[in-house]
Amino acid sequence: MTMNVLQAAVVTALIVVGSFFLAVGTIGLLRLPNVYNRLHATSKAATLGAASIFLAGFVYFDGQGSGLISLVGIVFLFLTAPTGAHMISRSARRMGIDFLPDVYWPRVIEIESEPVDEDAEE
Amino acid sequence: MASELPAFLEWAIYGGLVVASGVTFLCAYRVIRGPTTPDRVVALDTIGTNVVAIAVLFALQSDRGLFVDVSLVLAIIGFISTIAVARFVTEGDIIE
Repeated sequence: MTMNVLQAAVVTALIVVGSFFLAVGTIGLLRLPNVYNRLHATSKAATLGAASIFLAGFVYFDGQGSGLISLVGIVFLFLTAPTGAHMISRSARRMGIDFLPDVYWPRVIEIESEPVDEDAEE
Repeated sequence: MASELPAFLEWAIYGGLVVASGVTFLCAYRVIRGPTTPDRVVALDTIGTNVVAIAVLFALQSDRGLFVDVSLVLAIIGFISTIAVARFVTEGDIIE
């Protein structure tokens, strides 16, 4: 399998973009102050980086065989990353981890049937 | 057949592997030092995503499409473990 230069250039560009977004996600995980903010960094930036590297795999394998499995991986990642982030943030809220001091919940308070008891607004 | 790749693509794959591995190593700081349990869960989830990317990059480097399947299985296991830990932290058990 000899690869032409255009295909190799596209794969290189996708790998560079993916590595950049993985690095951004991890810097956000290390530097942001709160578990909710860290979720914001990792569930978007790191997922985008992994999806870009999956796209590099799609282009590398000529869009057949393992390349199609890469597309399945992108779909799966985009389905599961928001779900996992939602589960983690909801369990963090149930454990009573507070927001930052100037962040408050909006007027509609009941996320679930039972209200969380440290919502002091109503 | 990896020897027939252009040189810049080989360097890009090596660079991507180095970046993804270093970033995975840095995530361990948040696993160890994370103040709360959800911080550690978030960091482990990020490690899972990075290992998925490492598996795809290794598939490119070794020119074996098998490792794309490996990355897909790793993504599934990471999702299930994240859900399980998030449920275990609040509910106390996973399967009632």
